[in-house]
Amino acid sequence: MLRFIEGSSAVSDAVRMCRPDVVSAYPITPQTHIVENLAEMVANCTLDAEYITVESEFSALSACLGAVAAGSRAYSATTSQGLALMFEVCFNLAGMRLPMVMTIANRAMSAPLSIWNDQQDSISLRDSGWLQFYAEDNQEAADLHYLAYRVSEDQRVLLPAMVCFDGFILSHTYEPVDMPTQEEVDAYLPKFTPCQRLDAKDPISFGMFANQDYYMEFRYAIDQAMQQAKERIRDYGREFRDRFGRDYSALVEGYRLEDAETALVAMGSLCGTAKDAIDEMREAGRKVGLLKIRTYRPFPSEEIAAALRSAKRVAVLDKNISLGSKGAVGLEVKDVLYGSDIPVHDYIVGLGGRDMRKKDIERIVTLAEKGEGDLFYGLREGVA
Amino acid sequence: MVDKTLELFDCGHRGCGGCGPALAARLILKAAGTNTIVVSSTGCLEVFSTPYPETAWKVPWIHSLFENAAAVASGIEAALKKQGRSEKVVIIAGDGATFDIGMLCISGAFERGHDFTYICYDNEAYMNTGIQRSSATPLDASTTTSPAGRCSTGNRRPKKDMPAILAAHGAPYVATTSIAYPNDLMQKVERAVETKGPCYVQVHAPCPTGWGYEGDRTMIVGKLAVETGLFVLFEQTDGTVTKVKKVMRKPVEEYLKVQKRFAHLFKPERKEAEIAKIQAIADRNAEKFGIDIKLKKPMEKPEG
Repeated sequence: MLRFIEGSSAVSDAVRMCRPDVVSAYPITPQTHIVENLAEMVANCTLDAEYITVESEFSALSACLGAVAAGSRAYSATTSQGLALMFEVCFNLAGMRLPMVMTIANRAMSAPLSIWNDQQDSISLRDSGWLQFYAEDNQEAADLHYLAYRVSEDQRVLLPAMVCFDGFILSHTYEPVDMPTQEEVDAYLPKFTPCQRLDAKDPISFGMFANQDYYMEFRYAIDQAMQQAKERIRDYGREFRDRFGRDYSALVEGYRLEDAETALVAMGSLCGTAKDAIDEMREAGRKVGLLKIRTYRPFPSEEIAAALRSAKRVAVLDKNISLGSKGAVGLEVKDVLYGSDIPVHDYIVGLGGRDMRKKDIERIVTLAEKGEGDLFYGLREGVA
Repeated sequence: MVDKTLELFDCGHRGCGGCGPALAARLILKAAGTNTIVVSSTGCLEVFSTPYPETAWKVPWIHSLFENAAAVASGIEAALKKQGRSEKVVIIAGDGATFDIGMLCISGAFERGHDFTYICYDNEAYMNTGIQRSSATPLDASTTTSPAGRCSTGNRRPKKDMPAILAAHGAPYVATTSIAYPNDLMQKVERAVETKGPCYVQVHAPCPTGWGYEGDRTMIVGKLAVETGLFVLFEQTDGTVTKVKKVMRKPVEEYLKVQKRFAHLFKPERKEAEIAKIQAIADRNAEKFGIDIKLKKPMEKPEG
């Protein structure tokens, strides 16, 4: 049913229909509406879950870890500083191969303190072993939760997943979102049946330490599971398309890329702005297209290489900066295109909520055409 | 009833000879029984009991991080509740994980009132990383980060009063015990596990390697801590002390002089002022908990 709702409501409603057994979260802007909504659902018995009101994000994710190990489906949501506080647990959860889903309402990292959007928070966790999906709009943000649980809990994957959507830009924005019924979600997302759990009838040890003779094999297994996840995303994405009509089977999505000379690459809500800008530029005769990366971990190298192979130049819009180096996505796109003669220009954009409009996209395309890249776009003059 | 023949902490682990925490784990599990899920923090016990692919734990066991055992246990307890399962959740964590780095998670979990038992095996320093002081380290103990030296008499602060902190959280059951008193330990663990809500048991668990004594003297050292009044065995129910182990108190010196960590108090010369400070701690403990066994007054001498 098409409903005109806030992004956070779309996400919390989707989460409700995923039937988490345990919800544990700590309030942080701009994630709060999601966890408030879930608390209200539990209070009104429209969600049958244990809701743990923890004293920190660190405990929120630790409690989820325990819940999943005990065989329950768990959920959390956070952003920015909260995610940073979870850093240690993030690596640990993935290493222990415990599946769960956490929503990230993407927000800048302090200092300076900023509650506004960029993607530095989740990008900084790219090496933690979590699957990472980035939503362009609230429809995707909601839908990706069903897909994320399905992929995460697959026995061939067993890795936790972050569904990332831009804080405020999506989380606090009202959009029409097609919400499925509970029955439809139940038919798509089966009950969580872990192959191992903490159980007195069948005692096992979780989280043992491994020395030099075993550690590398564990890490290798996680990386292999990441590769497995690609195929599962395709499979479960196709099944989702067949049931709900929206297709997330591709890890990336091209927009007017076929004959594009300048190919933009972006993640999240910026893709919507870029698409509008591209339409206008196309009308003016400029051959521009967009590659949207929806699945960032596992990184879809093959898909990106295939999608960008006929571009004359690539312009990556990075809402993050690996300080002392370059934008994280730009670096990986360069890696993918290594050996080709396609130049990749990286642009650090929109940090701390700096607005990115159609005209900015157009200016970046112009910069790329001139071969000017690897820069912070739109800095105030006389300040930096 | 505790089944004392039950062995759920297996032999073959890598603990030192005479390891107090290993004995603590064995006794705890005898008391907790098979219907138990154990959550461990990072530390000596975790490392010596679970070198992959071997484990000493014959009950379901999980270790996540150093400081989050109470939060992990919260999630497990919530999951068991949701699933309608009956297992008891028992945390077994060291003093560093409990008194220091895990404080935030512990405070949160006790305030929320989860049904679990938090057991701290207290060997009074970070032993796994090489005997560094924690806030459970007693006054004047020499550790690798509170070494005795020309201008230092060792650890500068007295032991943090963790049981009082958790009692202040409204814990329904708080107790202290020692591996040197196995029956006392098992009874208290059993009581804690049976009590609904977040319970705390602090187990004094001497460490031959860290404290500096031969491994065959663990029980003797453990007993001396209690007999000198430096570690009081008590039980507290709903905020009221209900049981205290009474002793014929010995001077603290008898406990101090058998451990290398206090050797600097006696060599090269006796540090009377420091020994007196430690005796004063024991005296205060004795007064606060009333641990002294009072003998009947001797017959008064007849006049003349």
